[in-house]
Order: sequence, then C-alpha cells, then structure tokens
Amino acid sequence: MWRKMFTSVPAFRALKAPCRSFKSSSRGPDKDFFKDLDAQLRAFRDKAAAAMPGSDWSPIELTPGLPPERADVVIVGGGVVGWSIAYWLKMKARVRDGLRVLVVEKDPTYSQASTVLSCGGIRQQFSLKENIMLSLFSAHFMKNINNHLWVVNEDPVDLQFNHSGYLFLASEKSAHIMEENYRTQRYVGAKVALLSPSQLKERFPWMNTEGVALASLGLENEGWFDPWSLLNALRRKAVSMGVYQCFGEVTGFKCAANLAETTDGEVLNVQRIKYVNVRMPNSLEYQPVECAVVVNAAGANSGKIASMLGIGLGPKESVSGVPLPVEPRKRFVYVVHCPDGPGLDTPFLIDYSGVYCRREGLGGNYITGMSPEETEEPDISNLDVDHEFFQEKVWHHLANRIPAFEQLKVSSAWAGFYDYNTFDQNGIIGLHPLVPNMYFATGFSGHGLQQSPAVGLAVAELILDGGFKTIDLSAFDLKRILLQEPILESNIV
Amino acid sequence: MAASLLSQAMRRCSAHVCAAVAVRRALSSGAAAPSVFTRFLLKLSHYFYDVENILDWNGWLRTQAIIRKNRLFGYAQKNFGNNVAAAYYILTLRGSFRFAGQSEWFRPDSRGRFSYDFMSTPDAQIEEVDLSGTLINHNGLENLVKQNKLRTLSVRGCPEVDDWFLAHLHVFGESLVELDLSHCSRITVGGLAALQNLRKLERLDISGLPRLQNPGLVRILLEEMLPHCQVSGVEYEQGLIQPDSQEQTEDHHEASTHTGLRHL
Repeated sequence: MWRKMFTSVPAFRALKAPCRSFKSSSRGPDKDFFKDLDAQLRAFRDKAAAAMPGSDWSPIELTPGLPPERADVVIVGGGVVGWSIAYWLKMKARVRDGLRVLVVEKDPTYSQASTVLSCGGIRQQFSLKENIMLSLFSAHFMKNINNHLWVVNEDPVDLQFNHSGYLFLASEKSAHIMEENYRTQRYVGAKVALLSPSQLKERFPWMNTEGVALASLGLENEGWFDPWSLLNALRRKAVSMGVYQCFGEVTGFKCAANLAETTDGEVLNVQRIKYVNVRMPNSLEYQPVECAVVVNAAGANSGKIASMLGIGLGPKESVSGVPLPVEPRKRFVYVVHCPDGPGLDTPFLIDYSGVYCRREGLGGNYITGMSPEETEEPDISNLDVDHEFFQEKVWHHLANRIPAFEQLKVSSAWAGFYDYNTFDQNGIIGLHPLVPNMYFATGFSGHGLQQSPAVGLAVAELILDGGFKTIDLSAFDLKRILLQEPILESNIV
Repeated sequence: MAASLLSQAMRRCSAHVCAAVAVRRALSSGAAAPSVFTRFLLKLSHYFYDVENILDWNGWLRTQAIIRKNRLFGYAQKNFGNNVAAAYYILTLRGSFRFAGQSEWFRPDSRGRFSYDFMSTPDAQIEEVDLSGTLINHNGLENLVKQNKLRTLSVRGCPEVDDWFLAHLHVFGESLVELDLSHCSRITVGGLAALQNLRKLERLDISGLPRLQNPGLVRILLEEMLPHCQVSGVEYEQGLIQPDSQEQTEDHHEASTHTGLRHL
C-alpha cells in the first residue's frame, strides 16, 4: 500500500527515479525531473522578483500606462519646461510622495516636440533683465547639472555643451539699442563684450563686416547643447524622484464654477478645475485625474488647452474674451555643408537681417535659418520644410556675411514649432484670474529650452511658496495681457 | 553573455589598444570597477528606496567635499587682499605657484603643510600656477580671476576640470601665454572652442584627453583658431581612421560598452 501511495505522488516518484534508472538503462524521467525543477524554480524566481517592492506587478489586469486617479499637480506638456517644473516641485517638496506630480505628454516619441526640434542655443544677450536672469540661472544649472540631475546607478549627464558665444551684429540703425542692451546685460552679470568692426575683422577674419556698426560677443555661459540630453536628464531625475509619467492627451477639464463680481460690476464665471480628462493614445479610453493644481506647459498647444476652459471664448471687451496669445509658428532649420566654412571659432552668429548660423560638429556642417516676416508665416498644419525659403531669403544674407557660404550645399532640413507669444514675445508665467488653479508657463517664443531650468524653479515656487523667491518674474504675469501692457524684448531670433 | 562577449572582444584587441584602455581607465575618475559591496548596494537600490537614498547621500557628500574645497575665499579676500587669497587657495588645494618678479616657487610639502610667507607680500601678483592633479573646478577658478598677470597655468590631470572651466578662462585673455590641459578626463571639444578668447596664448598642451574623438583634427582646428599658438601633445594622424585599425577601434568601443553594461 505504501508503495502505491509513493507512486501516486509525483515528487516521490521522481525521487525514486535514480534507482529505477539503475535497473533499466533509460534516463528519460531523470531529465524530465530536472527540467521540471528548473522551470519551477525559474517561475518562482520571477514571481518573487515581481513581488519585490518597486515592481509594477499587480494581481488585477490593468490597461498599461493609465495615469493615476489622483494627483496633486498635473502638468500638461512633457517638454523640457514641463519636466523641469516636475523636477523642481519634487525637489522643493523634499519628502518622497509628499506631492504627487503627474506629467502628461501626448507624443511619446517627441517627434513634433519643440524641445528637440530647436537649435539648442543658450544666450544672455537679451534686453529684458528678467530674460537675462532666467538664462544666467539656467547656465548655472547646466554648469552643475550632475549635482542636480544625478541619479543613482546611471551615467552622468553629458549635455554636449559647446562653449561658443553668441555674436550679435548691429547695423548703424540698431547700434544704440545694442549699447543699451549691453549695459543691461553687464549690470545683471552676463559676460559680454562689444566689438568694433575692425576688432570683429581681426577676431573673425572669415567674416564680411560690411554694414556692421557694432557687434556684441558672449564670452561665457553661452553656446549650444543637445536639447534631447537635457530633456532626458530632467525626465530621468524627475521619474526617479517619483513623478508619474503618462502618455496621453488632455481632452478636457471638469470644473466647479462660481460667479464672482468685479468692482466694475462685471460678473465673472470663475472655474476651478477638479478633474483633468486624459485620453489614452490610439483609443477612446480616458481617465479623469482628480487634481488640485494644473500647470499649462503645453508650449505651442497651450492656447488650445486654455480655450478648453473657455478662455478667449467669452464676449469681447470682457475678461473671458481675451484669449491666451500663444500660437504655434513654424520655423525652418537648414543643415548646410560647406567644407571651406569657418572653423572651431564659429560663434552662434546672428546677423541684423535676422539670419542665424552656427557650427554643427567638426565636419564642416552648419545650422542656419531665419524667422519669416509677420505677413509670410508658413502654414502650421504640418511640419513640412519650405526649401524655397532658404534659396530666396536666407542664402543671400548668409553668403553676404560669410563669403565662404557661396559654395554651400543644403544637406538636410527640418521644421519645428515656436510657442509664439503674439502679444509681446515673452514668457507667460502665472495664474489666470478666471481659472484660479491653472498656472501658465508658456509663450517663450523660442527661448523655452534655454530658460527651462529657471522657469521650472519659478513655477514650483509659485505653486509651493505662493510667490517668486529666486528670480522675480512678476513682470511676466498674465495680468499684462489682460491690461494690454506689453513688455517688449528687442532681441528675438 | 556580456562577459563572454567582453572577453572575446578583449582578446581580439591588440596589446597596444588594451594598454591605452588601461591608461584611460586609470586617468578617468569614475571608470574604476566598483567593489563587490558597491555592486551589491547598487543592486539593492533597484528595490529599496532607503538604499537608493543612502547612495544618493553618499554621492551628495562627495560633491559637497569638492564644493567646499572650491568655495570662494571671501574672508581672506576681504581681510588680506585678492593676491593672498588666491595664493592661499592654491596652497590649500596642494598646488604650487610663483609670484611675478620672484624665482622661487611656493609649494606645500607632502603632507599638505605650507609656510605662510606669501602673506608678507600682499601686492605681489601670481605669474605661474601649477595645479596639476588637484580638485580645482570652475567655481574655484573664481578665486584667481583677479590675477591679471597670470602667464602660465597647468591643470594637468585634474578630474574636475571641465568645459565650463575652460569657458571661464576668458578672464585671463590678456595675459595667459601657456596652458597645460593634458590628461583632464572631462574636457571635450566643446570646451576647447572657448579658448578662442585667449588671444595671447602661445603654448597649449592637449595630450591624453580621453573624450576627444579625433585629436588630430582638433589640433588642426585649434591651430587655425589660434594662429600664434603652438599646440602640442597630439599628432596630426591621431584619431584618423586607418583601414586596418578601424576594426580595432570598433572592438574597443564594444568592449567599453560591455564593461559599462556589466557594471550596471
């Protein structure tokens, strides 16, 4: 009877196997047993690993990639500004999970993101004090980037920063503006030098200085870098600090509305966002995310997000009738090859005609482009490149300034969107009076990448401390749009 | 699998390349193989936030040490003048210097102690600085910016000297004649482009920079950028792809990525 019981239990049968193999010469069951055991052990190991803290294993089947149901701060837009805000929020909160931050990005490949389609320049040569300070802070951040964005177990961040300053050229007409800007820049602490045409010729012999009355060259903290590295480093650090990342599109908001009356007697419909609807990519499934604060860092699409809340849709002459003045503008970037072009000393050249040019690598490649006239803005429905634009507008300015570029060859080109602030071409940072829990961080008109580390800190301070502490950016408040008081920046590229 | 690939790749490498790799390892700061204990901790940090935090603090403490060493000597500057502060900073980093118009060098002994004789000449400006092998970085350079007679600077083998340091050197644009950047593991070509502001530079040493991908080309470009400067330490052929060495460089690259993987 015992023998019968033993044989009925597989494990015991297996144990007996070696004896049997002694008798009969076949080793089949033996192999089976070890194979079984191996598989069992592997399955056990996998399960044990999945049950360890830190894995995403769950006993219930879930749609992968859904955002959490509740978050304290939802950041719309996972570009460099959005991730920078997420990083600084977490950095300031100090306690892990003290603040639940969700970043929603609609394009997981970042194929149309302005961050990665930009030229990646950073400069301090602005005319507004705030812009100079933002950029100085960002340069300081990048200087110590590995102290800020260091993650255990990962390689150090390499921004591939190229320390060649910006060189702005001014004609007779604009020379006095440049001098004034130079004084502001020196006052704030930027390292800039003014060059006369003869000094310019001596420094950059390959340049045609005809028509140049004055030039200003950045000596330090200026240059260009790899935007993708910065974006990835910020994202990696933020995710390691516990920020939730979700790929989906914000399709709407659920708000609680209150009526409020202004001193003028105008009745306002003040909405407080309760839920953000996040739709999953390629499906109709959406998840409402309950939240306390929303940050609109959607860049070129932030106008669309604002209009979902009815901003700009109200009757004219009322507060709700003023739209967010941010719209996408398409800008072309051309890569040209010219083996005889300027060498390692090529600065980020910005001509007074609006053409810019910088070196790309060491093999005689350059990146160039210019902003089109206000009346000739290209169509923004796609990211197609207009090659005619280079032939007609860019080339002759470029070849006039750098004669070696007569023989250039366009090797490739791309287009990207500016989050263009049509009102005054400066960033918009602050709250909208009609939506008291949506913070705006948008409208940087092409400077978003270089100012992102500082803007992230400013918005985090605004959310957590209720005011600016490091850099006073109250001039960039949304109020100026409602009051129609533009602050103008003269150095837009 | 990674290990087997690695050994295979290493075997195919010639002895020369292996030696070069070994030298690079030794010179670059973070490339040394971590100990078993460190690897164990790194493994644990995948699962436990506490371990990750401990490692994070450890790294933070290490960076704090560098920041402390390179802080601005504001107290000394205020009370004893810029020259004494700069001299004091150099000596605390275990570097050495020479005042303009003097022939003897001030340097600490092997235990880092030094005499305070330099305090008796607060008006003497520093002309030559040798900071090889020290922890100087771009923040520490702030202590030296007022030394507008500085002619020679050597930062040979400094692990913290990076491109931002080179970008900050423009403050010596009117005086610096000789610069030794050899064996600094963090310098790339992006930083060398900033040397265009040093118009007086006559001698530049760029030997043994592991992150320059084609040093020969960089030398040509540097000589073009600074026509009066003699660039040494690199041959023109270095970094050129020769038909038979192409395979070797690929192997070497493969080997280094696999070691990187294994350390993870």
